[in-house]
Amino acid sequence: MTAASESFREIVSLVQPGARVLDIGCGEGALLEMLTEQKGVDGRGLEISPLGVQACLSRGLAVVQGDADRDLADFPSQAFDYAILSSTLQQVREPKTVLAELLRIAGRAIVSLPNFGHWRVRLSLLTRGRMPVTASLAEPWWSTDNIHLCTLKDFVLLCDELDIRIEQAAALADGRPARRIDPASALENWRAEQAIYLLSRNS
Amino acid sequence: MSRDVGLQQLVGVDGGLIRFGPDQPLALDSGGQLKSLEIAYRTYGKLNAERSNAVLICHALTGDQHVASVNPLSGKPGWWTQVVGPGRPLDPERFFIICSNVVGGCMGTTGPSSIDPETQRAYGLSFPMITIADMVRAQVMLVDALGIETLFAVVGGSMGGMQAMQWAADYPERIYSTICIAAAARHSAQNIAFHEVGRQAIMADPNWQGGEYGPSEVRPEKGLAVARMAAHITYLSEPALQRKFGRELQGDGLSWGFDADFQVESYLRHQGTSFVDRFDANSYLYITRAVDYFDLAASRGGGVLANAFTGARHVRFCVLSFTSDWLYPTVESRSIVRALNAAGARASFVEIETDKGHDAFFLDEPVMHATLTGFLDAAALARGIK
Repeated sequence: MTAASESFREIVSLVQPGARVLDIGCGEGALLEMLTEQKGVDGRGLEISPLGVQACLSRGLAVVQGDADRDLADFPSQAFDYAILSSTLQQVREPKTVLAELLRIAGRAIVSLPNFGHWRVRLSLLTRGRMPVTASLAEPWWSTDNIHLCTLKDFVLLCDELDIRIEQAAALADGRPARRIDPASALENWRAEQAIYLLSRNS
Repeated sequence: MSRDVGLQQLVGVDGGLIRFGPDQPLALDSGGQLKSLEIAYRTYGKLNAERSNAVLICHALTGDQHVASVNPLSGKPGWWTQVVGPGRPLDPERFFIICSNVVGGCMGTTGPSSIDPETQRAYGLSFPMITIADMVRAQVMLVDALGIETLFAVVGGSMGGMQAMQWAADYPERIYSTICIAAAARHSAQNIAFHEVGRQAIMADPNWQGGEYGPSEVRPEKGLAVARMAAHITYLSEPALQRKFGRELQGDGLSWGFDADFQVESYLRHQGTSFVDRFDANSYLYITRAVDYFDLAASRGGGVLANAFTGARHVRFCVLSFTSDWLYPTVESRSIVRALNAAGARASFVEIETDKGHDAFFLDEPVMHATLTGFLDAAALARGIK
């Protein structure tokens, strides 16, 4: 199993059957298709690349070409049960706004992130003194789409600030299945390559 | 209902003319009705046993029913052979494809140049004002007459896209999917302004005679040609014009006069003069007005476009726009998509990168064709069309 498919498998497990789902940055629609087939969701997608949208349409998915930073405002409030942002939050210009938008559009948000606090990242920075290039952060600094990287600890603090509740968290590392974790665990902030969060509004 | 004898045979050989008598009048938004209506249409392919594979194509402002077969007036191939034909996104081997000339038109469907049965003269300006919704109501009569309950898809670009959206607003239960290309849910001030220039050019032509010119008499060809020239500029993009013509001259040097020195002038003049051979000036007035009056949010949503689509939640929508289209720019398509999302409809949207402007939807645009194929194939699969 690859990291992406383990991540998708965990995301699928978090979604209730028959839910209304918006997948933001849905790419070629692999996750939306899994959700449709395995959970019978009523799914929609938002994807920036026209070729990605085209691939989604060929799969019979309803996907709108657009940009998470600009076009989430076009979706009505609480139109979905889940808004999914898979490995995309670190690529948007305004992660705070996007995170708040997810929970305006949907009752729950599912967010997955690469962890900049992973031990390989820390070690690489410490020993080589250069921006880390790892399996989950594969591009050099000058060509990466990841412009807003954070650690698990950073993310928990941001959720606190935005009054967002982390209902569940899971960690992925070394291609193994996802493990439930305590989001505040300092140890997991070393161990997790990627984290997946189920979020809702506190109030 | 009276109709041409042997309609069934006519369908087999690609359409014909269908007549609706006074027992089936077409009620119009303007308050009146057409007591005598003829609809000229073409069909391609065969309706399957389940009657589930019918696709209605809605043509644009100056289009006609000859989508994929030779236009008898111009002798040219159909206007959408890029999309309709063997191996194309809409393949007649698979779909039963219908296209009818809009009411108000001049290619066989009743319009201002038709004979008013009450006076035995051409209607001229006594023809009632028509709207996009009226055009759609006439299409519904045709689709009923062809024995089709539900259309697999309603497809249109530009004014055809407006009709496709009107179908979704007024007859959502009768459509499975909708494709709306390079269109808008309302005509903008700039678009109305360009139409007004065209209409004024026609009405300023002394041969227009208050719309009372007859078929055999002198027609307002100069005015109609100018209307077409002005409109044609809006169908192209600035880069496309530059790429095609630049400042290239027709002859060896400047004429130091007002001949068509530049190739772009010659091209536009040709567009104008060839247009008058196939189009009626009064039809141009009526149809441009119908487009000006189009405002789906106002007419069907009480000012909120999403309300127009509340009955269409089950319909699969595919909305397409072109980056260089300044007549119906992407922002217009996005507002349609926003409304569809707000209504909870199954909306898909792609903006296609091209420098060819509004007219890109007629042209060889591989990304558009691939997108249409993907959308239609997936929908056909879901609908059980082989």
